[in-house]
Amino acid sequence: MSININRALAAFTKKKYHIIIPFTMPSLALFLVFVVYPYAQAMYFSLTKWRGLTPKPTYIGLANFEKLLGDAFFWNALKHNLIYLVSIPLITIVIALYLAFLLTHGRARFRKFYRITFFFPQVMSLVAIGVLWSFIYHPTIGILSSIAGFFGAPEPIAWLGNPDLALGAVGAVVIWQAVGFFVVLFIAGMDSIPASYYEAATIDGATRWDLFWKITLPLLWDTIRTALVFLAISATNMFAITQTMTQGGPNRSTDVLSTYVYERAFLSGKFGYATAVAVAMFLLAFTLSLLTMLATRRESVEY
Amino acid sequence: MTKRAFPNASSSAPFSRRLRQLASHTVLNFSLVVWALLVILPLIWLVYSSFKTDQEIFFEPWALPGALQWNNFARAWVSAYIGQYFLNSLKVVIPSLALTLALSSMTAYILARFRFPGNRALFYLFMAGMLFPIFLALVPLFFLAKELHLLNSFLGLTLVYTAYSLPFTIFFLTGFFKTLPSELHEAALIDGANEYQVFFRVMLPLAQPGLVAMAIFNFLGMWNQYILPLVLMSERDNYVLPQGLSFLLHQQYYKSDWSALFAALTIIMTPTLAVYAVFQSQIQKGVTVGALKG
Repeated sequence: MSININRALAAFTKKKYHIIIPFTMPSLALFLVFVVYPYAQAMYFSLTKWRGLTPKPTYIGLANFEKLLGDAFFWNALKHNLIYLVSIPLITIVIALYLAFLLTHGRARFRKFYRITFFFPQVMSLVAIGVLWSFIYHPTIGILSSIAGFFGAPEPIAWLGNPDLALGAVGAVVIWQAVGFFVVLFIAGMDSIPASYYEAATIDGATRWDLFWKITLPLLWDTIRTALVFLAISATNMFAITQTMTQGGPNRSTDVLSTYVYERAFLSGKFGYATAVAVAMFLLAFTLSLLTMLATRRESVEY
Repeated sequence: MTKRAFPNASSSAPFSRRLRQLASHTVLNFSLVVWALLVILPLIWLVYSSFKTDQEIFFEPWALPGALQWNNFARAWVSAYIGQYFLNSLKVVIPSLALTLALSSMTAYILARFRFPGNRALFYLFMAGMLFPIFLALVPLFFLAKELHLLNSFLGLTLVYTAYSLPFTIFFLTGFFKTLPSELHEAALIDGANEYQVFFRVMLPLAQPGLVAMAIFNFLGMWNQYILPLVLMSERDNYVLPQGLSFLLHQQYYKSDWSALFAALTIIMTPTLAVYAVFQSQIQKGVTVGALKG
């Protein structure tokens, strides 16, 4: 034992530790205090009842999770996350693949212009996008309403005020925002596929459709998988856009887990329960990225 | 071979082939144009609407402004506090970015180039920070900040932004430092430089492309951050831009000054658009690196 300590001491006095310690400790301290400690505490908070008025939370075991199972608002929010989870990644990736393929193989003019334009929503904040689309969807000041009117809608449509339309309206904005990012990502992937493959296939008489299915898609599979995980994780969040556009309404028709956590904790003051919902949210995101990785774990083609 | 549906298309039927090409080109360009319009039109509409009066905004949503209402911008900047939110954002984002890059580059350098017991453990500890959604930490973080008197504090928000930016930045820069040739390190030491000099004079300049990518990636993330300030900055004087903008929107439903709100959004988007127009290729690289971590 004493030998170990001596050895450790000797090691610490080694010259390289004169740089290792000052270069790592500040990051580590900040990370432990503001990241690790809150996450660890969250696990405990989810097992407590706490309204923030008493100095300490009260331990209640798994009661929050039992309550969760019977909480209609929780299931409602989860359902919306799941709807987003199925629709947003699928639609975004299909559109992005299509546009990226056109831009790589379509001999389109103004390619650079398209790429720059498509990507732009990605640099705007989700809040700014949410505000912009709240204008567009607005029944009187928005332009979408008059377009619908042109096609024969009898009266102005409150896209975000109608519980049947609001969820789709919010989801569409996320797709609008995300497509450009994946176009750029897919173009980078497509550009790294050797042109000779396409040339050989074209000589054999393959159509552009064949090229896409037989060459591009299999060779791009890794990138698509990454895109799926990315989109799946963002579909479990959806906070900024939902909070800005609808705050979960009308009538909870766009509530998602993140807005529900925020509301329970910071508007209703139910800190323990809110953290339990957040744990469920974490489990969902974690399981999903795991599942996506496994389900799409087709052998990627080496080239 | 079923694929050879038109074996002699080019020689025997040049006209029909050209027609097919034309048709497919039209469809192709049409899809690209449609998506480009879908992105651009809302922005154009926003910008010209922000020069209109409330009356015009309400009754003629499509029409161009009758006269340019520059006043909307003055109201947005001053009465709607966009100017202040803008400054507040700068007050958090600039120090956070500097601190993130400084701390991450030092830590990443150590993790990439020094062998010591615990190196891997430290690396994976930081990486574990990327596994959890921030929502899980919200409640404890709020009470932690409260206890440390860091609620409604720019210092507090700076420390939190930095702490949550470390994992990915360290991950990315560690990979980057590993690619730098180790001969340089040894040569500099032989020349009599100490470890600090090697880092600041040799390694850091070489890591510049990686630092630029991380600066862009983190800047956008911090500038657009919404949930953390929402929880940690509750006083309106301290709101950052996204928070202030969202507040302004929700205020409109009872205090109608839509023209100022349109102007506010235009003010917020213009610098983003300008910076993007100049640095678009670096920004595209900087942002997409996030997706390549898998």
